[in-house]
Amino acid sequence: MPPFIRKKRHILPGFGLSMGYTVFYLSAIVIVPLATIVFGTFKMDPQAFIGTVTSPRVLASYRLSISTAIVAALFNAIFGFLTAWTLVRYRFPGRRVLDALVDLPFALPTAVAGICFATLYSPVGWIGQLLAKADIQLINAPSGIVVALIFIGFPFVVRTVQPVLAELEPEMEESAQSLGATRWQTFRRILLPHLFPALLTGVTLSFARAVGEYGSVIFIAGNLPFKTEIAPLMIMTKLDQFDYDGASAVALVLLLISFSMLLVLNSVQRLQQKAYR
Amino acid sequence: MQKNTSRKIKPQPGHNRNDHPAVQAILVLLTVLFFAAFIFMPLGLVFAEGLRKGIEIYFEAIREPYALAAVKLTLLTAAIVVPLNAVFGVTAAWAISKFSFRGKTLLVSLLDLPFAVSPVIAGLIFVLLAGSRTSFGSWLGEHGIKIIFSTPGIVIATLFVTFPFVARELIPLMESQGRDEEEAAITLGARGWQVFSIITLPNIRWGLMYGMILCTARSIGEFGAVSVVSGHIRGMTNTIPLHVEILYSEYNYTASFAVASILVFLALVTVAVKALIEHRVHIHQSNPS
Amino acid sequence: MSIEIKNVTKRYANYTALDDISLSVETGELIALLGPSGCGKTTLLRIIAGLDTADDGSVILEEKDTTNLPAREKNVGFVFQHYALFRRLNVFENVAFGLKVRPSGSRPSKSEIRDRVEHLLKLVQMDWAISRYPSQLSGGQRQRVALARALAVNPKVLLLDEPFSALDAKVRQELRRWLRKLHDDIHVTSIFVTHDQEEALELADRIVVINKGKIEQQGAPQEVYDHPANAFVYNFLGNVNMFHGRIRDGKVLLGNHQVGTRHNLEGDGDKDGQAFIRPHEIGISRIRSGENDLPGIIRDIRLMGGQIGLELETQGFDKLIEAEIPRETWRNLQLSKGDPVFITLDRVRVFTGDYSI
Repeated sequence: MPPFIRKKRHILPGFGLSMGYTVFYLSAIVIVPLATIVFGTFKMDPQAFIGTVTSPRVLASYRLSISTAIVAALFNAIFGFLTAWTLVRYRFPGRRVLDALVDLPFALPTAVAGICFATLYSPVGWIGQLLAKADIQLINAPSGIVVALIFIGFPFVVRTVQPVLAELEPEMEESAQSLGATRWQTFRRILLPHLFPALLTGVTLSFARAVGEYGSVIFIAGNLPFKTEIAPLMIMTKLDQFDYDGASAVALVLLLISFSMLLVLNSVQRLQQKAYR
Repeated sequence: MQKNTSRKIKPQPGHNRNDHPAVQAILVLLTVLFFAAFIFMPLGLVFAEGLRKGIEIYFEAIREPYALAAVKLTLLTAAIVVPLNAVFGVTAAWAISKFSFRGKTLLVSLLDLPFAVSPVIAGLIFVLLAGSRTSFGSWLGEHGIKIIFSTPGIVIATLFVTFPFVARELIPLMESQGRDEEEAAITLGARGWQVFSIITLPNIRWGLMYGMILCTARSIGEFGAVSVVSGHIRGMTNTIPLHVEILYSEYNYTASFAVASILVFLALVTVAVKALIEHRVHIHQSNPS
Repeated sequence: MSIEIKNVTKRYANYTALDDISLSVETGELIALLGPSGCGKTTLLRIIAGLDTADDGSVILEEKDTTNLPAREKNVGFVFQHYALFRRLNVFENVAFGLKVRPSGSRPSKSEIRDRVEHLLKLVQMDWAISRYPSQLSGGQRQRVALARALAVNPKVLLLDEPFSALDAKVRQELRRWLRKLHDDIHVTSIFVTHDQEEALELADRIVVINKGKIEQQGAPQEVYDHPANAFVYNFLGNVNMFHGRIRDGKVLLGNHQVGTRHNLEGDGDKDGQAFIRPHEIGISRIRSGENDLPGIIRDIRLMGGQIGLELETQGFDKLIEAEIPRETWRNLQLSKGDPVFITLDRVRVFTGDYSI
C-alpha cells in the first residue's frame, strides 16, 4: 500500500478554477469594499462614533426606517399571502397577467416608483384627492413612506409563499375534511402552520429590503428631519456635507441591523429545512 | 423514471378545494383592488403624466440630448455589468452545486449580501474605497484614475448591487439537476470544458436567461447606489433614473414622467419575458415521458 | 480485462463504508455485488469507476494501477441507476457522445460514428428511437439506451449501479434476461450492484455478498445459496424461519424438540445457536411421516400464485412458522384454515454465534 497521503480529489473537473474565480470576484466586489466601512469606522474616535450614531436626528431616522419597514412588512404579510393564495388556488380572467405583474416592483426602478407614488398621493393626485376629502395626507408623512415600502416589499412575500402553496398536496386538506374539519379549521390548523416558514422568510426579506430603501421613499417623504427623514437619506446628507466619518458611522449601524436580519433569515431557513427532512 | 428536475411545480389552478364561491369572489376582489391601488395606478399615472402635454412634448423629452446621454450611459453600464455577473453566476453555481466542500453555506449566504445592504450604503462603500482617505484611493488619485463621479464608479456600484441575480437563479436549478449527467459524461471520456458546454450549459439555459434578464432590469433601474457614486453631473454621469430625479426636482414633471416611461416600458418587457420563459419551462416539464 | 481490488477502504465522518476489501474479477465474468442498502457496494463500484476515491488500497485494471487515474482515462463503462441520459441530446447523440468527445487524433470519422451507433442501437433493440429524446422514452427504453451509450466506447469493464431498480417488476424481469443474453454475446467483464437477491442469483456468474463494508462470502450462485457461510448470507438470500436452538450429542434441539439437519454434528459438543430453515424446505402432510414431525395448525393461507404460503402455529414456538408448498400439493391435500397438519423440519441449518435478524 502506497504510504503517501492522498489528496482529496474532486471528481468533476474545474473545481479549482471555478472556486478561485468565485472567491476572487466576491472579495473584489463585495468583501473588500464592505471591509472598508468597518475598518474606516474603527479608525474613528469612539466618542465621535457614539456621538454621531446617538444624535437625536440620527436616532429619529433609525426609528423611522425601522418602524415604517415593520408596518409595511406586516401589511405585505397579509396582502402578499392573500395574493399568493388567489393566484395559486383560484381561476379567474386575468390571473396570468396579475401573476406576471407581481414582479413589477422588482423590475421597476425605485426612482420611478418614487415619483409615481409622490404624484399619485399628492393633494392633487388621483388618490390624494380622495384621501384629502377624508383629511388623510400621505405626502410628507410616515404613512406615505409606508405606502412606498409596501410596493417594493410586496413581491418578496408573494414569491416565497407561492411555490410552497403550489406544491401543497391536496391529500392533506382532503384528509382533514374527511375527518370533519371545516374550511376555516383546515386553514388555521393545517395549512397556515405549513406555510408559516415561507411566509416568515418572505416577510423578513421584505423588511430587510424596506429598512434600506431609498429611491422610492425620498420623493413622497418630504424628508423633514425628525419627521420623515429615513436613515439612508441621513447617510446621503452627511455625504453631501463631506462628513465621511458621520456617514460611515450611520451606515455601519444600518448594516448591523440588516445583517442581523439576514442571520435571522438564515436560521429560519435552516429550521425550515430541518422540519422537512 | 428520470428524477424530477422541476423547481417550481405549478398545479393547474382551479383546484380550489371547495372554497365557497362567495369567499373566492371576495378574496379575488380584494386582490384586484390591491393591485389596482399599488400597481395599475402607478403604471397608468406614468403614461398619463408623460403624455399630459401631448405626444410631441413626450418624444421631445426623450430625445433631449441630456436624456439621450443618460440612456447611453445606462445601456453601457448594463452591457458591461450583465455579462460580467453572468460569468460569475455560472462559475459560482458550478462550484457550489457540483462539488461538496466545507464553508459552502457561508459562501451561499455571502451571495445574499447585496440584498441586505441599502443601495445608499453600496454607493458609500465605493466612495470611501476610492476616495483619498484610503491607500487604494490615493494610489488611484496619483495615477489620475477617476472612479467616483465617473462611469467606472457607476459600473462598479451596479456590479455590487446586481451580482447575485444570476447565481441565485442557477444554484437551486443546478442543484436539483444533480451531478449524474456530468458524471456520465466523464466516464465516457469528456474533458472539463466539453462536459460544461455540451451537457451543463444547455440544461441551464432558461435559468441563465432569466437570471440575466433580472440582472439587466436591476442594473438599468438602480438608483440609490448610483446616485451616491455619480455626482449627478448631467450629460456625463447621469443614468436614466438619476435624470428622472433631476427633472422631477426641477418641477419638470412632464419630462420626468416621459423619461420614466422608458423605464416602465423596460420593466414591463422584463416581466413579460420572465412570464414567457416560465411558461416555456412549464411546457418542457410536462412533456410526454 | 481483469480487475484486482486490493485492501480498499473508504471512511466517512461517522462510519466506514468499505473496510479493507479485496476482490478479483476474471476477464469476461459477470459478477454481482449483493447486499443491503448502505453496505458499501455502490461505493465500491464508484471507486472502481473513478467517480469516488478510496482512502486506502488500490484498484488494478489489467495489471495497471489505476487507483489515482481520473474517471475520464479509465475506459470504464458506467450505467447509472437513474440512467443519467443527456436530456438535451437525442438518442443518437447520447450514444455517440463518447466517440465525439475523443481528441481529434483518435476520433472516428462521422460515418464510422454513425455506423457504430446504429449497430449498438440495433443490439439493444432501440434503433427505431434514434431521433427521439429521453423524455419520450419509457424507463426500460432509457436504460437500454444508457447501456448502448456505455458500450459505444468499447470499455474494458462495464459497471452497472442497480440498473433495474427504478423499473416496474415486469420490465425488470425482461431486462434481466436480456442483459444476461447480451453479456453472453459480448463477454465484457461486468460488475453490477443490486440489493435484489433474485436478480443476483439469476444473472451472475459469481456473487459477492457484502455487509457493512466487508465481504461475507463470494462464489457461484448455487454455492452461495446452498452453502451459505454464515447466518447473514443465509438470511439475505431468501426468506427464512429462525429458531433458537441447541446442539447436544450431535443432534439439533429446538426447544425440547429434536429436528433433522443436513449438517454432520458428531463431536461438535454442546452449543447454543440459531437454526434456520427456508419456507419451501418444510414438509407438510396430514399424517405423521417421521418421529421428529411437529404437529401444528394452519392459521393463515396465502394464495400467492405458483407457491402457496402457510402460516403455522405450533406448541413450543411462540412465533408462527412460515412454510411454502407447491400449488399442486395444496390442492391435493385440500388444506384450509384451521386444519391440523404435521410439519417436517429435517433440513435445518445451524449457525452458532451471535446473529439477529
